[in-house]
Amino acid sequence: MSILVDRNTKVMTQGMTGKVGQFHTIHCKAYANGAECFVAGVTPKKGGQRFEDIPIYDSVADAKAQTGATVSVIYVPPAYAAAAIDEAVEADLDLVICITEGIPVHDMLRTRYKMQGKRTLLIGPNCPGLITPDEIKIGIMPGHIHRKGRIGVVSRSGTLTYEAVGQLSALGMGQSSCVGIGGDPINGLKHLDVMKLFNDDPDTDAVVMVGEIGGSDEEECARWIKGNMTKPVVGFIAGVTAPPGKRMGHAGAIISGGKGGAEDKLAVMEESGIHITRNPAEMGRLMQSILKA
Amino acid sequence: MKIHEYQGKEILRQFGVPTPRGNACFSVDEAVATAQQLGGSTWVVKAQIHAGGRGKGGGVKVAKSIEEVRNAAQQILGMHLVTHQTGKEGQVVHRLLIEEGAQIAKEFYLGMVIDRSKQRVALLASSEGGMEIEQVAARSPEKIHTVRIDPVAGLNAEDSARAAQVIGIPASATSDAVAVLQGLYRAFVEKDAMLAEINPLVLTADGRVLALDAKFNFDSNALYRHPEIIAMRDLDEEDPAEVEASKFDLSYISLDGDIGCLVNGAGLAMATMDIIKLYGGSPANFLDVGGGADKEKVTEAFKLMLRNPNLKAILVNIFGGIMKCDVIAEGVVAAARDVHLGVPLVVRLEGTNVERGKKILAESGLPIISGNDMADAAQKAVAAAKGSR
Repeated sequence: MSILVDRNTKVMTQGMTGKVGQFHTIHCKAYANGAECFVAGVTPKKGGQRFEDIPIYDSVADAKAQTGATVSVIYVPPAYAAAAIDEAVEADLDLVICITEGIPVHDMLRTRYKMQGKRTLLIGPNCPGLITPDEIKIGIMPGHIHRKGRIGVVSRSGTLTYEAVGQLSALGMGQSSCVGIGGDPINGLKHLDVMKLFNDDPDTDAVVMVGEIGGSDEEECARWIKGNMTKPVVGFIAGVTAPPGKRMGHAGAIISGGKGGAEDKLAVMEESGIHITRNPAEMGRLMQSILKA
Repeated sequence: MKIHEYQGKEILRQFGVPTPRGNACFSVDEAVATAQQLGGSTWVVKAQIHAGGRGKGGGVKVAKSIEEVRNAAQQILGMHLVTHQTGKEGQVVHRLLIEEGAQIAKEFYLGMVIDRSKQRVALLASSEGGMEIEQVAARSPEKIHTVRIDPVAGLNAEDSARAAQVIGIPASATSDAVAVLQGLYRAFVEKDAMLAEINPLVLTADGRVLALDAKFNFDSNALYRHPEIIAMRDLDEEDPAEVEASKFDLSYISLDGDIGCLVNGAGLAMATMDIIKLYGGSPANFLDVGGGADKEKVTEAFKLMLRNPNLKAILVNIFGGIMKCDVIAEGVVAAARDVHLGVPLVVRLEGTNVERGKKILAESGLPIISGNDMADAAQKAVAAAKGSR
């Protein structure tokens, strides 16, 4: 078991024929059961063509009807990416993973508004995607650093997630699923949503939660963990040294007026019973020590 | 992206928000001519820099005669204006806004922000005008009236009128206040702003509402559809190193430490700064080279870091995903040769093609210090920076 996706998930790729989409489609298809999982591409006006032997359809609805795909991954350029999410939501997919970085915030506000009352879940945008090791990889993360196992990973970052995964794998702790929820201020699933899924997953024993400065997602997740989480959680927040008011790469990683600072987040997390470390090189070892205890 | 007050007021006027009459000026003579043109008996001379807190720093003066306008303009133009947002060197004033003075009866605060957790645009309105909203939020949060706005319906007249009433705008000015609130909201959405503030909005002695200040911050991801906003960019207000970085699609922020950091990914870059601090060092910058860094980009990144006279060591921390370690290693070696690197260089590589990458570094003949993992690399960089001090 795992959360959200497994070896039987059928995925369509929106924006498969662009340079980025092509590159990652090849790698996702080559990972574990990918050849069975990646069943369709969507590019308007290119319906009927194929890429890497994957059929291309003009619309999400078409791709769903023809292949039964229920999950979509999006590599569409930022100016059109929000519309691509809208299309997937309209087609009533189970899950949309939007990798695209740089979508205007106001576009995402409108898209999230339209998603109200719909069943489709969104991961991202501006995220590495998600992976269930040895089963399926949907996104841009390097597959080879993952090991199959029982630790869940949820993170707002890309390479810092790889760092956490790399540490776990090196210490022999495999992962059930790893979810990059993305660094943008307006996004889909939050730490809290993913944490609940891990809590309910019988094949997850513990969770690594990686956060960043900005917003209050980590605090909201921590408060839920306090009364509800039955599994140990290791937490790290990046940006203790970030100066206030500065945007650090991710649009989400900005601290303004003292709210969303790393120290505030760490304090709430610690108070909620999360095992926090201030050293990003110690996430794996801290998890190891907790599981041994 | 930030803009100046006078540019913000131009935008507000386009959306029907009244502001005092005035003009931007680049010289003392221009300031005097503008004041004469405006007429009247009171003028405000305002330094135009992107940082807040200008009044307290001596960047805003009220003049009662043309002579006083001249004196104030002379004092302010060219000054190093220091505010709580500029850092201790301050910001040199190159532009002034000369405005007609207003008879202020009462001051209010209006702000628009993106509420991340509710995923809505939020209007913040307060009776406590002229103060920083952060301070109001800390001391008397009950004095901030918040309206979360439906993105399809927009800010309606009813909610606007209630907000105006709650913060104490008199009934006689309600319809003007509604126009201001709705105009501010439309400007915020149509111009893709992340933050907009009118602080203060004032009620004048003769019962009009006027925006006495305007602050905007725009979503850089949306600038592609706003050439009119890009045209308002003032490079004098930005860190030259950050401007240079943006040309090469590098995300760079200057900090006050001495260890340069070159990292792929924003989260890992922040974590790298954090771990340097944890081991007793101090980061000189935030630098995210992104997912597709090639030799040219890495070389430019090195040049950027080396502009900093305080630099004592460089730490390269790469977790290769899309980016292959051998490609980045070639870039690092070429860049180190190209810039004749004079400070110790610590490199930590992990991820895709890591062995090939390490081999390239080892065989380069350059004195590159290899870090086994993030902690090892950070400790070595801190030690190297102390050694070369």
